[in-house]
Amino acid sequence: MKQCCGGAVDEFRFYEAQKIELPASLQEFIDQWKDKPGNLIMILHRVQEEYGYVPRQIAMKVAKELDQPLAKIYGVITFYHLFRLTKAGKHTIKVCIGTACYLKGADMIIEEIQELLGIHVGETTDDGRFSLEGVRCLGCCGLAPVVMIDNDVYGEVDKANLADILGKYSE
Amino acid sequence: MDTATATKTVSLKINGTGVQVPEGTSILEAAKKAQVKIPVLCTHADLLPSGSCGLCIVKIKGMAKQVRACATAVAENMEVITHDPELYETRRTVLELILSNHPDDCLRCQRNNNCELQRLAAEFGIRESRFAKKLKNLPKDTSTTSLILDPQKCILCGRCVSVCQNMQNVWALEFIGRGYDMRIAPAGDIKLNDSPCIKCGQCSAHCPVGAIVEKDEVEKVWEGLRDPEKYPVVQMAPAVRVAFAEGFGHPSGEIVTKKMYSLFRRLGFKAVFDTNFSADLTIMEEGSEFVDKLLNRPHELPLITSCCPAWVDYLEKFYHDMINYFSTAKSPQEMLGSLAKTYYAEKMGIPLDKVFSVSVMPCTAKKYEIGRCAEMFSSGCQDVDVVLTTRELVRMAKASGIDFEALPEEESDSILGEYTGAGTIFGATGGVMEAAIRSAYFLVTKEELGDIEVKAVRGLKGVKEAEIDIKGTKVRVAVAHGIANVKAVLDKVRAARDNGTETPWHFIEVMACYGGCIAGGGQPYGVNDEVRKQRLEGMYKDDILQPKRCSHHNTEVQHVYKEFLGHPGSHKAHDLLHTHYTKRELYTK
Repeated sequence: MKQCCGGAVDEFRFYEAQKIELPASLQEFIDQWKDKPGNLIMILHRVQEEYGYVPRQIAMKVAKELDQPLAKIYGVITFYHLFRLTKAGKHTIKVCIGTACYLKGADMIIEEIQELLGIHVGETTDDGRFSLEGVRCLGCCGLAPVVMIDNDVYGEVDKANLADILGKYSE
Repeated sequence: MDTATATKTVSLKINGTGVQVPEGTSILEAAKKAQVKIPVLCTHADLLPSGSCGLCIVKIKGMAKQVRACATAVAENMEVITHDPELYETRRTVLELILSNHPDDCLRCQRNNNCELQRLAAEFGIRESRFAKKLKNLPKDTSTTSLILDPQKCILCGRCVSVCQNMQNVWALEFIGRGYDMRIAPAGDIKLNDSPCIKCGQCSAHCPVGAIVEKDEVEKVWEGLRDPEKYPVVQMAPAVRVAFAEGFGHPSGEIVTKKMYSLFRRLGFKAVFDTNFSADLTIMEEGSEFVDKLLNRPHELPLITSCCPAWVDYLEKFYHDMINYFSTAKSPQEMLGSLAKTYYAEKMGIPLDKVFSVSVMPCTAKKYEIGRCAEMFSSGCQDVDVVLTTRELVRMAKASGIDFEALPEEESDSILGEYTGAGTIFGATGGVMEAAIRSAYFLVTKEELGDIEVKAVRGLKGVKEAEIDIKGTKVRVAVAHGIANVKAVLDKVRAARDNGTETPWHFIEVMACYGGCIAGGGQPYGVNDEVRKQRLEGMYKDDILQPKRCSHHNTEVQHVYKEFLGHPGSHKAHDLLHTHYTKRELYTK
């Protein structure tokens, strides 16, 4: 975690955010792409690589650097599922909501996880341990419904087993 | 469009009728020429087509696919079918799908009887839906003083986004999310009041449904009128008088000033003032400020007008390094508000806290202006209590049972009611500049300007320039309207300042809304350039109809100076009629 991303997001104001100093390599990347067409998504990917998500104050800083409205950046990062608006948890739970998994009850799996962890899709637990995502097809439809935690794939998941599965990631 | 392409004509057939239109015309526009009306929801004459609603689909002979008429250009020998049973069925289905996630509370909606979706549903005779209702569970945004954003009613046509980004260059609104979860909101789902929103209300004027509306404060006004302790007074802005009658089916541009004076008295107002009076007063203050800078402190120029609160908000947020160029003169609304609770109240022996001051404005940002900073409380309490937009006053008049057609013509109340032609043209883009020039010439030379009509600053061109010869002193002026047009002007001023070269203009007028206040965010719906032109004509007609056409000839203004304020720029005038500006954050969250 870089120090500039600490602190509550809503304490930041637009003109203050512009005073943030970006890590040198990120600044360099932005300078290199600044005037090239189609640069916005490139730069936002690089930001996410740096922080694991697109912090609001960094989005403000990027807006200033590129002389683009913040709204345009949010149009992009809320449109593409790959971008995260909040910091990811230590473990990422990906619940497949592709056609096969959906038919096999993916929505009930998500409901159960929401119940167990108290977070919705796209959110992270307060202790920073888990974040929850819905994804489209993990490529093993025969095992539906499928859940992936970090790099571990769990097939034919029954919601009764979820607490046990999550328990493996208590660290 | 340049003239070379405009002269090329394309011939096509619409429903078998031959039509000739310039190359580049959309099928939608060409159809109008063939007296065919194709239904639309997302398209608006002010905006580029987005093709988002899908209602305007048509068939083209030889093409398997149906195309959107708004976003498809005509071609030579094209044969278009705009209406047949299949297209009817598709359009009906599109409408039913839109209605399936739109609330059915039309009876209680602010747009009831004035809604483009409701009208189409009526025209298509939609009685029940084949699709289950699925409403978006999103809260209303009531954070600003001016506008209410109700995402549940939004049909995602995108007009507001296009207005906010392209016409106004504010970018407060954007499509956030995708698919079913998509909504119109500021960046990061914050409230509108924490965003760069300047409250101009153009989004509300362009919204086809009730998803963005002015904050309705009619009840607040009724409350004040009912209160026997209160002394209700009212003022009406220049642009209201040429648009109000549209609410009663009259053509745009009809001047109904004197009918409105009598309407106000019948509603229960005890004094009827006119913002045109204080527009004249503004010219005396702002004009004197300009002449002083021109003659004594030319390095402080340009002077930039500050009557438009949406523009003030924009400059404070986006160009705060230029605050020093802003005229400190308050807007006419605030000047009158201040005088009503000081000069008038003293004269009539009414305690100032008993005065209930209402203004009727073509503008949603005026609702924000009345609480903008401490100087808006110059009388000792809030100088203007409630602002109604023209649209709200139309509703109020209808609810009060007054027959607008039968209303007699009456005069305004003396001492804050007289106005000149210069005051009335404040409602038009270029009007403040023209009024200022008429009086600045006199203030500098002590002679009257020969031809007082400054035609170069009139009309709908986005940026207008003129050079005025004030007895050897060349004064260069610029007028910009529609915020997107301001950048070109301000960037030049900034560059000149930073390079230490002479300012490109001495005096700059800006109005946030394209066309000026006549097309303000609080005016009756259905504005396009045709309506703008008619309302502008109304303004300039009202100018010609006035026996006096220069602000410095206004006898009541002269009287207020003599009896109360002293002279323009006096200490008292500064206390009551001037304000200051602050750098504001684009995003406070």
